[in-house]
Amino acid sequence: MIDFIAQRMIQAVFVMLVVALISFSLFQFVGDPINNMVGQEATEAQREALREQLGLNDPIPIQFVKWVGNAMQGEFGISYRMGKPVDQLIAERLPATLELVFLSAILALAIGVPMGVYTGLNRYSWLSRVFLTISLIGISLPTFLIGIILILTFGVWLGWLPTFGRGGTVDLGGWQTSFLTLQGWSHIIMPAFTLALFQLTLIMRLVRAEMLEVLRTDYIKFARARGLKQRSINFGHALKNTLVPVITIMGLQIGALLAFSIITETVFQWPGMGLLIIQAIQFVDIPIMSSYLVLVALFFVLINLTVDLLYYAVDPRLRIERPGPAH
Amino acid sequence: MLRLSLVLVLSAFLALAARTADAQEKVFRYAASGDILGLDPHAHNNGPTNAMKGNLYGSLIHRRPDLSLAPDLATEWERVDETTWIFTLRDGVTFHNGNPFAANDVIYSFERQRQPGAEMATAVASIATIEPIDDLTIEVKTSAPDPTLLLNLPLFFIVDEEYTEENDGFDVALAAGAQSFVNTNANGTGPFRLVEWVQDNRLEVERNAHWWGHGDDAGNVERAIFTPIGNDATRVAALLSGEVDMMYPIPLQDVPRLTGHPDVAVLQGPELRTIFFGFDQHRDELLDMPGSGENPLKDGRVRRAFALAIDKEGIKRVVMRDAATPTGLMIAPGIEGFQEDMNTPYPFEPEQAKLLLAEAGYPDGFPITLDCPNDRYVNDEAICTAMIPMLERVGIDVTLNAQPRSLHFNKIGAPSGYDTSFYMLGWTPGSFDAHNVLQNIITLDGPGQGTWNSGRYSNPRIEELTDLIASTVDSEARDALIREAFQIHYDEVGHLPLHQQALAWGVRTDAVAEIVQRPFDDVDLRYVTLD
Repeated sequence: MIDFIAQRMIQAVFVMLVVALISFSLFQFVGDPINNMVGQEATEAQREALREQLGLNDPIPIQFVKWVGNAMQGEFGISYRMGKPVDQLIAERLPATLELVFLSAILALAIGVPMGVYTGLNRYSWLSRVFLTISLIGISLPTFLIGIILILTFGVWLGWLPTFGRGGTVDLGGWQTSFLTLQGWSHIIMPAFTLALFQLTLIMRLVRAEMLEVLRTDYIKFARARGLKQRSINFGHALKNTLVPVITIMGLQIGALLAFSIITETVFQWPGMGLLIIQAIQFVDIPIMSSYLVLVALFFVLINLTVDLLYYAVDPRLRIERPGPAH
Repeated sequence: MLRLSLVLVLSAFLALAARTADAQEKVFRYAASGDILGLDPHAHNNGPTNAMKGNLYGSLIHRRPDLSLAPDLATEWERVDETTWIFTLRDGVTFHNGNPFAANDVIYSFERQRQPGAEMATAVASIATIEPIDDLTIEVKTSAPDPTLLLNLPLFFIVDEEYTEENDGFDVALAAGAQSFVNTNANGTGPFRLVEWVQDNRLEVERNAHWWGHGDDAGNVERAIFTPIGNDATRVAALLSGEVDMMYPIPLQDVPRLTGHPDVAVLQGPELRTIFFGFDQHRDELLDMPGSGENPLKDGRVRRAFALAIDKEGIKRVVMRDAATPTGLMIAPGIEGFQEDMNTPYPFEPEQAKLLLAEAGYPDGFPITLDCPNDRYVNDEAICTAMIPMLERVGIDVTLNAQPRSLHFNKIGAPSGYDTSFYMLGWTPGSFDAHNVLQNIITLDGPGQGTWNSGRYSNPRIEELTDLIASTVDSEARDALIREAFQIHYDEVGHLPLHQQALAWGVRTDAVAEIVQRPFDDVDLRYVTLD
């Protein structure tokens, strides 16, 4: 087990180095940051001095090595646009995104799994058909459109929820949380639901398909024959056996939630990582872009590791130690 | 699901409660498409950023919304000789932290603003020295006679020497490589004081109770919260739901819809920025005609053909939905040196354009690439797209290269060696004076000249006139020189001016009683009156 984790960690470092290198070579194509940093009347000498000061005249490999060297020491550079250390900026923005993604994942699971079970058990009921139709909408409408429709309905027409931003946060030792005030909830609920909708429908359809599959198997028939309670068959045996693929998909999807939060955050002006990176791209803020990409790579690696560990928890077969090499 | 809707309903009540709490204090909430670049009054030279600095900091002279000049920290000024001015400073002014304002702060601010790294140095570039005569009188000497000195002073912001030194803030850091205290804090003499700035999220200011100007023509805002909202639809929704009292810019396609809303007023007016096109008149061979050894754009007749081929009224009507003013001059009305009678756009005469091209030896036209930004000006890419068939009608084969601003300005600018043949650019003269355009766009020789003259247009007489304009104080004589320079530029079609785009602001009429729209896209909070 420890071997396994250590092996994964070594892979993670390698993955992140590759991501950093690829992103660095891409930055050449996003433009010259200097134009965004100085006004239209700045002279060429001022521009050149700034370029030199930032080390932008160095060849790309040298810039990369310098950046990795600094990152090893926990120095991620200073944002061109904001003039603040990148790690500080990311630390400021990360709670907003993580809370958003966390709530979305909870919503997707808490609504998606029961809906999936229900539609799997009651294939022909009218409610199942309604759920399936809704899921078709959820899966086919793009995120930004769902966001705008929600804003229009609950923000503009009904006037119940704020249309943009994050408010009512409480400071918990440096972590700004939305979950402790009603106002905080009122701000987070629409973006979280927008972000969750696609995952929700995906999970629902996946659980439904898996349930239909499992319900046909022999051990369910035997469980019925033994006279077990319907409830215990459905949840104790059937649902549990559908969970491995659900966990895999959910793990990948949490990574996708982090990535897709860019669109949701832009639509709701949610001050998280997505907004930070989109503005960094527009501004060609290289320190932020490179740190962000490496961080996202790290998240993916960690999520995959967690998923692998969860398999052990859910599936007893995996807990049996691998047999040693034959002598 | 039931619990979810309960949360929704509860939060709705809460939102309502929050709204009524706001009503006791005069709070103005407004939004724009992007955040300010920083609070350091001497670092960035950018319109919306300068406007926010103007809310927080005082300068010697204030520019009113109609662009006229009014006393701010200087109450009187007088020219002693061609290069010497005496300014009398306002007595009894304090900075937000309570420190008194005096001559030493002006001198310190001058030294800080003129540093080579500071973009705002351009506003004090002509000043040679500032000497104190006593605590409330200073003597300003310019290096040459400077008719635009007073026009530049609204952008000379005064910081507190004691406070800045305490925080080790003399050096201007252009938000690169270094963190800067002055860029994230503010201590000025302006009508508002900074409460909090969370970058990209919110900027909150409150009324400065000790401001000297209360009771004049000022508004009644006690607290203002500025939020950048990048997404157009979200910004419109925030206005419609009443969560912001004012926002800009309105996307052009939403203007009619917002105009029809009972509680929203749309303020439209021309901006001071002129959008124009430039031509490569420098290379001996056009980039799109390799091997030909020819650059048709060096021929004035070809440039005129371009000017005649473009239907400026059509662009205004269709692409800009009437939110533009076609123009013939490189400067907008309101800029010092603007000549009303010279502002007629080039006529739309495609047949004449064909004749001119044939006369110049290109009866079948030639290929050319049009460089265009796609996220900088109102409908920039759409304008360029609309121009393709217009130019093709006279035989010119246009390839459009539309890119984000960071790439566009890099390509057409000095870093890439002005790698362009035909490009779009917009310019607002920072000093609101014609000389600024002549210096940056229309001339080449001399230090600091031709920064954005990407086509390398140059005419010896205009070069000469520009130097004269810089130092001619007599306004009538100066006006004649400006006329002559612009006439030559117009006749030669040095650049092709297109239009001034319109500003479009959305204002909640149920919250805002009065707001003054200046001809640039930003808000001076002292001119906002709430219900």
